[in-house]
Amino acid sequence: MLSRESSATLMSAITAFLYREARLQDEHQYEAWEKLWTDDGVYWVPANGADIDPEQQMSIIYDNRSRIALRVRQLMTGKHFTQTPQSNLRRLISNIELMDEQPDNGDIAVASNSLIFESSLRDDTLWAARNEYRLRHVDGELRMASKKVILVNNDKAIYTLSFLV
Amino acid sequence: MNMMTGVSPWERLIRPDRVHGSLYTDSEIFEAELKNIWYRTWVYVGHESEVPNANDYVVKSIGPQSVIMTRDEQGKVNLLLNRCSHRGNQVCSFERGNARSFTCPFHSWTFANDGRLVGYAFPDGYEGQDKSQLALGRVTRVESYRGFVFGSFAADGPTLKEHLGGAAETIDRLVRTSPEGEVEITAGFLKHRVKANWKFILENECDGYHPAFVHTSIFGVADSMIGKLYGGASTALTRDYGNGHTEIDLRPEFRKRDEPMSWFGTSEERLPDYTARMKTAYGDTAAREIMIDGTPHVMIFPNLFIAEIQMFVIQPLGVDDSVQHVTALQFKGAPDLNRRLRQQTMGSVGPAGFLLADDSEMYERCHRGVLARNPEWIFLGRGEKRQRQDELGFTVGHVTDEVPSRGIWTHYRKLMEPA
Repeated sequence: MLSRESSATLMSAITAFLYREARLQDEHQYEAWEKLWTDDGVYWVPANGADIDPEQQMSIIYDNRSRIALRVRQLMTGKHFTQTPQSNLRRLISNIELMDEQPDNGDIAVASNSLIFESSLRDDTLWAARNEYRLRHVDGELRMASKKVILVNNDKAIYTLSFLV
Repeated sequence: MNMMTGVSPWERLIRPDRVHGSLYTDSEIFEAELKNIWYRTWVYVGHESEVPNANDYVVKSIGPQSVIMTRDEQGKVNLLLNRCSHRGNQVCSFERGNARSFTCPFHSWTFANDGRLVGYAFPDGYEGQDKSQLALGRVTRVESYRGFVFGSFAADGPTLKEHLGGAAETIDRLVRTSPEGEVEITAGFLKHRVKANWKFILENECDGYHPAFVHTSIFGVADSMIGKLYGGASTALTRDYGNGHTEIDLRPEFRKRDEPMSWFGTSEERLPDYTARMKTAYGDTAAREIMIDGTPHVMIFPNLFIAEIQMFVIQPLGVDDSVQHVTALQFKGAPDLNRRLRQQTMGSVGPAGFLLADDSEMYERCHRGVLARNPEWIFLGRGEKRQRQDELGFTVGHVTDEVPSRGIWTHYRKLMEPA
């Protein structure tokens, strides 16, 4: 059990981390965003609810670390037409919580909500999601060991989602 | 028919090497398509493996209409319209489940999962009514081919087998990739919406001209062999099977490579269990041939696309509003292959896929583009002078030629023109 003071310090570091991640995503800072991941990171955007088994069922994104790198490399080519021109993005992160159930290995379970405004060639689109993270201290910095993005409307037909969500 | 000139409007809009842009953007034409194509011809609805057990159901669609595919207690697959025969309320609100009956939430009318009306609330007001006349609506004809269930709202017309014609063989080619000869649809669907007319998707599925350009970003950074299949030097073919069915036949390239499982970018060594099961099932020689040829790349008109490792179902919702439902194909008796199929499918398609996100961008930009009326036409003449007949009499061309689009429009005109 963390003391009240150390818990407040941790919470403030987590909040700063999530805000920074949000800014890197909004501003298409792909390489800097990729550096936020641990070497075993998993980036998961489920489809058809929050609790599917991604090893058996289709997910919108289910990237291991090398596929995260591939996703970033594709975005960096400048020829990933769905992001050429890039979407204009701005997102709000809120309801940040340190979750009660903490993993045994020292990772930190954190959750937040996000509301993302995307302006693209197609139209303006509003995305809403629940984000569940496992964060880890690596060389004194927080990193993402996993990020699960549960889109509120992931059971419906959704438009192309080619920015970093 | 234009009474002044004797020329049908469709003849004015569809020419051998070009079609008019309004075919994609005119909402009256879209309404006519619903009537003459979606509510008349054979449309793919679902796969038998999605309702494996008695009383299983899954909600599907034909165009904008919601269709419940059920397996009743006798094991028969039914296609029921999701509309209470009383006041029209939708009787099923969940995407899938297991239920002997559906009860309408509005006035509690209850229907068996074969569509029969089995009861209404407060029956004393219905003296003399014939319940058999108040069943759920049904898709008029239901037939399946190797597990793929199709429906037609027309009482008469070609059988499913006649409709599939030469393209039936591509489905045969697909299922024999399973050691047990069956495909299963069990991995759930990604649903990708686009602001574009459905025919841009239909035509793009067998357009071998675009991959080298649209998918350059992923071919450039991933170790993909797909790019070469669609190059100028490729020996792969486009084929028009008639009835609107089109194919990109990649077998000439795979046969040149002569390596089993090369079609899927892998090898026998990486799939020892699958390879062994295939050899047991088909014998060494036939198994080797199947594993070299791979699965088809075929668009079954108007809405079922099988793309080697994936199945897409095209759903039109409006003239500029369409959904692609997509899932990984799963082959019965091939767990090691199936895992790779799911992983690759999740990477390449769906709203965030390495490939499909860019295809979708093209559909949407085309749709916005054709709203411009100068030039009015979409040009589809690529390869017109070099196309030929293959040994079975189907038109074939180079993989980058527009043989499929011309085939689609020839069939489309037949369906849309009054007899």
